[in-house]
Amino acid sequence: MSVLDDADREALRGTLRGFIEREVMPHIDAWEEAGGFPRELYRRAGELGILGLGFPEELGGSPGDSTSLVVLCEEFARTGAGGLIAGLFSHGIGLPPILNLGDDAQKRRFVPDVLAGHKVAALAVTEPSGGSDVANLKTVARRDGDHYVVHGSKTFITSGMQADLVTVAVRTGPTGLGGISLLVVEAGTPGFTRTALDKKMGWWCSDTATLYFDDCRVPAANLLGEENHGFLGIMQNFNRERLMLAAMAIAFAQVCLDESIAYARQRETFGKPLATRQVIRHKLVDMATRIHPVRTWLYALARRIDAGEWPIAEICMLKNAATQCVEFCAKEGVQIFGGAGFIRGNKVERIYRETKVLAIGGGAEEIMKDLAAKQMGL
Amino acid sequence: MKILVCVKRIPDPDESLKFAGGGLDYSASKWVPNAFDEYAIETALRLAEVVGGTQRLAEVIVLGIGPESQRQQLTQFLAMGADRGIIVDADPDKLDTATVSKLIAAVFKKEAADLLIAGKLSQDNEGGQVPQRVAGLLDVPQASFAATVEWDQAAKALTVGREVDDGVEVKRVPLPAVVSVDLRIVLPKSVKNGSTPATHAYQEGPRLASLKGITMAKRKPVAVLKPSDLGVAVGTNEQVVGVAAPPARKAGQKVKTVEELFEKLTKEAKVI
Repeated sequence: MSVLDDADREALRGTLRGFIEREVMPHIDAWEEAGGFPRELYRRAGELGILGLGFPEELGGSPGDSTSLVVLCEEFARTGAGGLIAGLFSHGIGLPPILNLGDDAQKRRFVPDVLAGHKVAALAVTEPSGGSDVANLKTVARRDGDHYVVHGSKTFITSGMQADLVTVAVRTGPTGLGGISLLVVEAGTPGFTRTALDKKMGWWCSDTATLYFDDCRVPAANLLGEENHGFLGIMQNFNRERLMLAAMAIAFAQVCLDESIAYARQRETFGKPLATRQVIRHKLVDMATRIHPVRTWLYALARRIDAGEWPIAEICMLKNAATQCVEFCAKEGVQIFGGAGFIRGNKVERIYRETKVLAIGGGAEEIMKDLAAKQMGL
Repeated sequence: MKILVCVKRIPDPDESLKFAGGGLDYSASKWVPNAFDEYAIETALRLAEVVGGTQRLAEVIVLGIGPESQRQQLTQFLAMGADRGIIVDADPDKLDTATVSKLIAAVFKKEAADLLIAGKLSQDNEGGQVPQRVAGLLDVPQASFAATVEWDQAAKALTVGREVDDGVEVKRVPLPAVVSVDLRIVLPKSVKNGSTPATHAYQEGPRLASLKGITMAKRKPVAVLKPSDLGVAVGTNEQVVGVAAPPARKAGQKVKTVEELFEKLTKEAKVI
């Protein structure tokens, strides 16, 4: 990934802002209530290259580094709808294993259509029996001629209902980390079925599903990399996913602050705007005080990652700091909005319902701490 | 065909103005392209491209006048799809409308361009003079405030619709020519080039730069010229005496009855 300069990032921000204002903002509330957004949005985003940011140019992507992905998160966060980001960018976790482990033929077969918005990609690791405990996953793939026969199930899969291709973590070998492989399972493969998990606390416009593999025959040509070498691909993915979740959390905290300031200026109680009340002013300052250091840390980490580092422990800690920041800001934001904050149809209310998925998804807060502790040699 | 499009950078009109020292303080301004110039580049690109094909009917050249280092707005137009850029490196504060027009006309001649498309005015000072002056200097036909443009390729002419007070005036303009554009030129079916299907509906508004366009923009050639290269002497006959904010409005009065209102209107305000 090449590093972009500030002017490039400003140009990127301009395109993203224009796209969101034109294509997303007029519809987002309706999409949230309807529990989905149109497939056409993938195509529109693909046309502008938004889906391809940070992916190789020869596969239809455009240059982008971690800092520019943070810019992407920040701009999309202005919608106040994490489900849109999770759904529209599910390929952000679905495709990297193909790029990291797949061969040229697999990359050319799977990647360009997704970046163009013609196909939707997803990643499936978590199972009903466990999520972060990747080493013990139970979905089995048994080699049979030039196919793998997959048996098992995956759950909490973002874009699981719509995905045309799913990068699935399966057990091909002995128990433990050394027996895991990644297979690309395409929609329509016999034995692959799915059911929607459509009663969610938040992220309503993204589809979430449980996937079932019942003697599902997947061509051996869809195995990414060598058999039993899939674990590293999953772990690399987690780092990127956690950085993006942290960026989303911080950007949403900022949205809560901006919305709260605007509301506090306009809303009058006992004859004066809320923003003139010391108790409210202090709340707003407390929110800003939480946001600044975490965002500074985020940008610093993104720059270090772009320079080639993978500070795993810090990424874990940053994700926790960021989700705690948004939990605080959403809580205070809803409180400032009062009754209006309890009614659907404003960003702060929606973000409040989305704080938990940020603190649980991509590795729960407790898992992050354990991982950080291990990295610190404890 | 060669189409020349001008871009001027202006302080973001959505930001509030800051005053200092008897003038405007731009030190913290965010600079954006003049919106009417964005409509101009969109017009040029719609004329140049064939939707559904890869053929280009015209070369689109973006011209910016200003310090060489401040080229972000010109780069944005390249990212939208223009082919190359020209910067005339000069301090815009030392140029008046007449000099700017001379520079544009000189570039038009140097490039042997067929068409200048410009915004009808710049949003910062709303002079609305430059395209007309350029047409005068070049002694070519002009159509100002265009709302529609149709290109007759065989006849080398444009049919331009202009929204005027009493309806739509339609002008037939042989090339080379100058066209200045108004807001409605970016409606979905305002521009027709004779090759893109006439039924094609563009997305309303100036297009967004694609990420590929942003990447490609830096690889496109941008020539830097000095005013002296064009044989134009830099100078201004305009002098800004001062810029001040309008006086703040005084608080209004609340009246309790219609009679009281009538009394105040007749005796205090004396408007009835």
